[in-house]
Amino acid sequence: MSGTVGSYFARHTHALLSSAGHLTRAPVATLFTVFVMGLALALPLGLDVLVRNVRAATGDFSGAVSVSVFFKPGVAEARATQLARAARERPGIAGVQLITATQALAQFRAQSGFGEALDALQDNPLPHMLVITPRPASANPGSMESLRRYLRAWPEVDSVQLDGDWVARFNAILALMQRGLLLAAALLALGVVAVVGNTIRLEILNRRAEIEVTKLVGGTNGFVRRPFLYTGALYGVLGGLVAWLVVMVAIRLLGPTVATLSQSYGSRFGLLGPGGRDLQLLLGGSAVLGWLGAWLSAARHLARIDPGSS
Amino acid sequence: MITFEAVSKRYRNGREALLNASLHVAAGEMVFLTGRSGAGKSTVLKLIALLERPTRGRVLVGDADTGKLPARKVPAFRRRVGVVFQDHRLLVDRPVFDNVALPLIVADSSLKEIDKRVRAALDQVGLLGSERMLPAELSVGEQQRVGIARAIISRPPILIADEPTGNLDPQLASEVMALFRRLNEVGVTVVVATHDLHLVRESGLRSIVIEGGRIAGAEPQPGAAPDDNLPVIKAER
Repeated sequence: MSGTVGSYFARHTHALLSSAGHLTRAPVATLFTVFVMGLALALPLGLDVLVRNVRAATGDFSGAVSVSVFFKPGVAEARATQLARAARERPGIAGVQLITATQALAQFRAQSGFGEALDALQDNPLPHMLVITPRPASANPGSMESLRRYLRAWPEVDSVQLDGDWVARFNAILALMQRGLLLAAALLALGVVAVVGNTIRLEILNRRAEIEVTKLVGGTNGFVRRPFLYTGALYGVLGGLVAWLVVMVAIRLLGPTVATLSQSYGSRFGLLGPGGRDLQLLLGGSAVLGWLGAWLSAARHLARIDPGSS
Repeated sequence: MITFEAVSKRYRNGREALLNASLHVAAGEMVFLTGRSGAGKSTVLKLIALLERPTRGRVLVGDADTGKLPARKVPAFRRRVGVVFQDHRLLVDRPVFDNVALPLIVADSSLKEIDKRVRAALDQVGLLGSERMLPAELSVGEQQRVGIARAIISRPPILIADEPTGNLDPQLASEVMALFRRLNEVGVTVVVATHDLHLVRESGLRSIVIEGGRIAGAEPQPGAAPDDNLPVIKAER
């Protein structure tokens, strides 16, 4: 059994090394193919890095979404406290802060510079208010609108104001970028499959005599296909490495400029590159794409080659 | 072992290569297929090796009706038939060892087994020590022997050869034929297509004559019972 397993691995190792050998025997053609694939893969990787950097630069805006609830004049502070408690018990609420009319006036007095003018007022014109912060998972437009309707239904409430519209718009832009990223990745993945498929097709035509002899002595389509699949996967891995290098070089070149710009806004933000896990995903994904392109091409073209047909 | 029953073969270009041909080769027999170029000898061999399927009639090789054999069983079938070509069909960029080892590699033999049997096969054809040489570094006769080593390495019960001595001088041709005789003596059924009548006469073995795609005649092996359904005509001498 162990001999069978050992033989299995030996055959696959042989096929892998044979495929690598074929690539090195045509270095210029291999380089061209690998660069085309690398550039195609670099675009979605670069877009992904861009989206992540934009998110990092702008911070997590989910905490910036809040709802301000203004009570009608005359609502008692005890009643406002009671309603604040009720709001806290609603699911999806991260925090509720009650700002009483007295606190609001004191705050206004401190910040506005109209202290003496305010002394002339006989009554406090400001209402009690609640500042409600939803949990990040509930900070989406649907949940926020539901919360607004709920609060608006209280008879003590004069008005409800959503404070996060701009965040919603910004998140929508990011979501659009991510969709675009996925679309670009899907299209470029198809491109990679096509590039590998065409390269393997040419490889099969070049090795037609070898394939015929292999089939003549009893080689199955699976056996003949194996080295081509390894070739496709190797193209994928090498293309992934090129894509990685392209993005890393771009980050290296743009990093100082972005840091300077960031410092001018008083930030210490620096460009973030893809991490080790991203590299693993990239190489794994590109290997699968290469393998798929090779499989599609080999399945189509190898079946047409038979030693009897020549 | 090998039976053709009213077999016809028409190629895609419309050429009728074989017409209503019937023949039988017994297990362990060695026979020659003779006839002029284009007579249909190669087509008979291709039908035996399942490189082609008959257009009409039945080709029985062992227990397999090749016309009905499903595609998934073709590779296993081909491993039971060793084929030697006039043009050798060696892989020019691979050393002798890799060329000879190919049938065992596709059969998933162990590396140890491959190493042992490649050396044995090369020893059998007198090429032990040439494992690392490329085909281009060998003479035509040596290349032919590499092709023979490849054909016999998996110990097939049937060996077919298409003009195996066509490019060889008389002495090398005799050596190759002697090698086939030795394989036949250990039980391998051998079918050799040739237009070298001198070799056929020298061997004293049965020959099947093909003319214009038809079996024109055959000389039965001494002691063999002729099949009533098959034409038995003396081969020309």
